[in-house]
Amino acid sequence: MHADPTGVLTGSHFMDGDHACCEGALAAGARFAAGYPITPSTEVVERFSQRAPKVGGTFIQMEDELAASITILGAVWGGVKAFTVTSGPGFSLMMEHIGYAVMTETPCVFINVQRGGPSTGLPTLPGQADMMQARWGSHGDYEIIALCPNSPQECFELTVKAFNLSEKYRLPVFVMLDEVVGHMTEKVVIPAADQIEVEPRHFTTKDPESFRLFQPCGEEQTPEMARAGDGYHLHVTGLTHDERGYPNMTPPMQDKLVKRLCTKIRDNVSKITITDQHEVEGADVVVVSYGITSRVAERAISLAKQKGIKVGSLRLITAWPFPDHVIKAIAPNVKGLVVPELNLGQMVREVERAAAGRCRVLHVPHAGGTVHDPQVILKAIQEVAR
Amino acid sequence: MSTETLPIIPPNPVEEFLRTDRMPHIWCPGCGIGTTVNCFVRALLGSKTDLTKLAVVSGIGCTGRVAGYVNLDSFHTTHGRAIPFATGLKLANPKMTVVVYSGDGDLFAIGGNHLIHAARRNLDLKVICVNNLIYAMTGGQTAPTTPGDVITSTAPYGTYDPAFNLPYLCEAAGAVYVARWTTFHVMQLAKSMREMFSKKGFGFIEILSPCPTLYQRRNKMGDGLDAMKFYKQVSKIKHGTPTAEVGLTKSGEIIVGKFVDRERPDYTSMMQEHFQQELGDKYIKVEEPVCS
Repeated sequence: MHADPTGVLTGSHFMDGDHACCEGALAAGARFAAGYPITPSTEVVERFSQRAPKVGGTFIQMEDELAASITILGAVWGGVKAFTVTSGPGFSLMMEHIGYAVMTETPCVFINVQRGGPSTGLPTLPGQADMMQARWGSHGDYEIIALCPNSPQECFELTVKAFNLSEKYRLPVFVMLDEVVGHMTEKVVIPAADQIEVEPRHFTTKDPESFRLFQPCGEEQTPEMARAGDGYHLHVTGLTHDERGYPNMTPPMQDKLVKRLCTKIRDNVSKITITDQHEVEGADVVVVSYGITSRVAERAISLAKQKGIKVGSLRLITAWPFPDHVIKAIAPNVKGLVVPELNLGQMVREVERAAAGRCRVLHVPHAGGTVHDPQVILKAIQEVAR
Repeated sequence: MSTETLPIIPPNPVEEFLRTDRMPHIWCPGCGIGTTVNCFVRALLGSKTDLTKLAVVSGIGCTGRVAGYVNLDSFHTTHGRAIPFATGLKLANPKMTVVVYSGDGDLFAIGGNHLIHAARRNLDLKVICVNNLIYAMTGGQTAPTTPGDVITSTAPYGTYDPAFNLPYLCEAAGAVYVARWTTFHVMQLAKSMREMFSKKGFGFIEILSPCPTLYQRRNKMGDGLDAMKFYKQVSKIKHGTPTAEVGLTKSGEIIVGKFVDRERPDYTSMMQEHFQQELGDKYIKVEEPVCS
């Protein structure tokens, strides 16, 4: 399906990543946002508050992030596409509702413009240290999807993608940018509405008597959606539930439900994951990076090439689910993988796990507050190439 | 052998509003929550509310389970967050009547911030608060509504911190309709609910409800029937009493009645009027949820 032109600001723009995320959400069909101000993410909802009344949308500034993160879930069950936006401290407060969205299979999007942490940390400066929190922050076993844009253009494109994946797999999807990408202003080209693919909400066509709210359907084993007010007498609960949505707190039901919530992603990892690879074939060293760090790595890679090192790049556009298969394919053919990130060791653990000893993995940590010095990444490339 | 024909018993009129396939419910003998649900359904029976367009949103706790038993669009959310969920539901789908049905701990402790903000905004939500003066689901711990000098599982020597006066708090925060009843006052309660449903804006009804298992037992206050006798004995119907004067004590007078019934524009009307004025033709009003 194509995007509804009402929300699509077709044209060439000079805009930052935060604003581009908002335009991506509107293009994807989002007509509801709830938020609580937090640097460096606030511009996303500031723009939405300006755009919403002119496109048939609603914005509400809530009393805190706990509220914002469940207000959007109420809106989704009311029948619209919805999202919220935050940064580290707010993201911590939203964890409970990420779990609720997973358990109730509520399609929704969370945009996290990462800053340095822990706690209040570095409100105005970048970090990439919420990557594990995005994956594991709420309690219980579950799967989510997380996308990592490295430019304002990608903020637009991946926010559209995030909504599409959330509707397809019925779960919360995260757009994990960082302060630099959020505040970086570049050219953003927004295509015409008929050039933007949008996943519609899959509302059931069954009648209320035969419809079961959590009955797995189709290839992805995701249930069909319904909204309040249409006579389905929905029951939605965060308790372990059966296909009707009724609480059923037994070990067999827990096994069945939680396994399905995970397998709908685990069985589709290669379909969901996107990576960007350059000159990996024949490389001695591959730099694995994501988000803003991939832009810095580009400089280090070009310096390494000047020194005659055979170096390739692997950019993780999807951080979660982690593309194990991609790392597994590369690891046996290289001397090593270099993993720079703005944290003291998060995605590198996944790289190590997937490489499983088949090559060296060298982490290039950075506590955040600025981006890496390309020379530091270059040194790591040289060390692995040696 | 001939088959014996059972006499046809007229079905209880409340049954069609309940998910009878989920019975028996989890509530204890003598608990008042079922009584409040009965009153709620009877209020709906006598009202003109379109039941297809009625949603019940609950939080967590004994009263939080109400959402699971009513045969309506019903949402059992997270602890304390029924009101923000209801906020999203109402704003996205403005034709819905949204009832928030939850307990005192859920609405006033963990969810207190959301409640006062929804009242401040005057969101068109109908809040039914079953107040059993205790955290019952988790085993009888002190709640922000537990009166002084009461034994709870986390106050084994008795409570000493002051309790919230719920009607006073709701009025101060901006509610347009505030009433209090007990589960003894079933006729008045159903009538009051009906009145609240027909009024636009943030409405609030507190219902004093017995918890024989976890409140009364520890405090030697008898069973469910004793609670009814107690309510009958100490309740005074005094409509219009200033809410500052309706605070509760362990064994003192319970003032019940309608305390607040006033007019304030509700959130959605204010928003729509404001955007109409500021943006004119550029404003696209949300009438129905659009999902493309």
